[in-house]
Amino acid sequence: MSIHPTTTGAVRRTSLFDVHLAAGARMVPFAGWEMPVQYTGVSDEHLAVRTRVGIFDVSHMGEILIEGADALRTVQHLVTNDAARLADECGLYTPMCTPSGGIVDDIVVAREDERRYLCIVNAATHEGDLAWIRTHAGTATVRDVSDETALLSLQGPKAQAVLETATSTDLAPLARFQWRAAVPVGGVKTTVSRTGYTGEDGFEIACPWEAAPAVWDTVVAAGKPFGIVPVGLGARDTLRLEAGLMLYGNDISEDTTPLEAPLAWTVKFDKVEFNGRAALLQQRADGPRRRLVGFEVAERAIPRQHCRILAGDRPIGEVTSGTFSPLLRRPIGLGYVPTEYSAVGTAIAVEVRDRLVPAQVVRLPFYRRPRG
Amino acid sequence: MYPSDRRYTQEHEWALREGSRVRVGVTQFAAERLSDVVFVELPAVGADVRAATPFGVVESVKAASDLFAPVTGRVVEVNAALVDNPELINQDPHGAAWIIVVEPADATEWDRLLTADAYAKLVGEAGA
Repeated sequence: MSIHPTTTGAVRRTSLFDVHLAAGARMVPFAGWEMPVQYTGVSDEHLAVRTRVGIFDVSHMGEILIEGADALRTVQHLVTNDAARLADECGLYTPMCTPSGGIVDDIVVAREDERRYLCIVNAATHEGDLAWIRTHAGTATVRDVSDETALLSLQGPKAQAVLETATSTDLAPLARFQWRAAVPVGGVKTTVSRTGYTGEDGFEIACPWEAAPAVWDTVVAAGKPFGIVPVGLGARDTLRLEAGLMLYGNDISEDTTPLEAPLAWTVKFDKVEFNGRAALLQQRADGPRRRLVGFEVAERAIPRQHCRILAGDRPIGEVTSGTFSPLLRRPIGLGYVPTEYSAVGTAIAVEVRDRLVPAQVVRLPFYRRPRG
Repeated sequence: MYPSDRRYTQEHEWALREGSRVRVGVTQFAAERLSDVVFVELPAVGADVRAATPFGVVESVKAASDLFAPVTGRVVEVNAALVDNPELINQDPHGAAWIIVVEPADATEWDRLLTADAYAKLVGEAGA
């Protein structure tokens, strides 16, 4: 059978590399980093996060600080969402657009205070994002703090219980997209946010680069009675896809707009001028010609990126992400189709290798965590 | 690790001679590198297969991987257990997760397959 060859050439490692190896991880190259794709298995890890708690190393992501009197003005110009609404230690999710409304990256922006805004960016687009932000910075200072910042993600219904065991801080009052600085974990001063990429409750824990192993070990020890497992990039992808979350490079890119993707909610047309506003206003007035939809496949075939989508025998689009959902136990995917085919319930077909398999447009997300 | 009762391909299949027939599966090396197998696309009994040519597909959560036939011939048996329990490939790739049995057409192809030692060297487990 065909197996992807391992890439040679310089790849970077996070400070948790040895920890991953000791935990039995299989390491793969990803965006210039050597990262764990799985430990015990993608499905096992995925279901652990849905039912208990899992811990991820996401230190490969980028952290870019925008500082100075001009910081908010810079952020507002770069992003479609409204950062003026943020209080200290609050954040939001937003695309950054080009003037034509295409997406440079999807990021999280956290306001530390009125003169400091932290942008958390995808690993694969880190260099491009940094250059883009610098081009639009005006008189604000742009500092790349990625090399000093490790990031761990703790996700699942037991995440809060685990983190409260690991630290003296009461985390119940921390709302979604809220940050708390100086949270001690294993003797390390960390910054904790109630954020994540899985659709579960959870926290992302930032700490100095070299301190990550101490934080990881402390959280894992606290998580043992709750059945914590380490989780790799394989399950990270299946989890976010079930939750209907975008993956830059697959579902969104410079060739797609937030109105075509299910991200219209992130575009605040009433705020101050931002990159792409005019183009997106026009698209909103005209109505987007295509939409990203979620679909489920009825047969034993997994849709993959670039598989064609058809209506009858007419090609109408392409799959952007696809997998077998470990929770729903069926193949699911995302793809762009003309707006007239985007209604929930529309019957479509997906070409998997040489076979047309029937599929149906469904509501996103595929999975929503139960309330309460 | 790699039983010497059988031979191997560069693409990580194993071939076990049983009388005039050849039983085929994927190796432990392959099974460990696949994420969770969720579907196996099997040929029909009676289908022709050709050496070093794809005859089926293993679909895992992460990717689809072609299965390459070690020998040319006709499929005489297919492992139906893989339909409902594809995860057998992850669990027992050298045993319960055999994939097809082939009636080979060309006996000379056997000699071109890798011995257990040669395969172990290929996957970096010399002396295993």
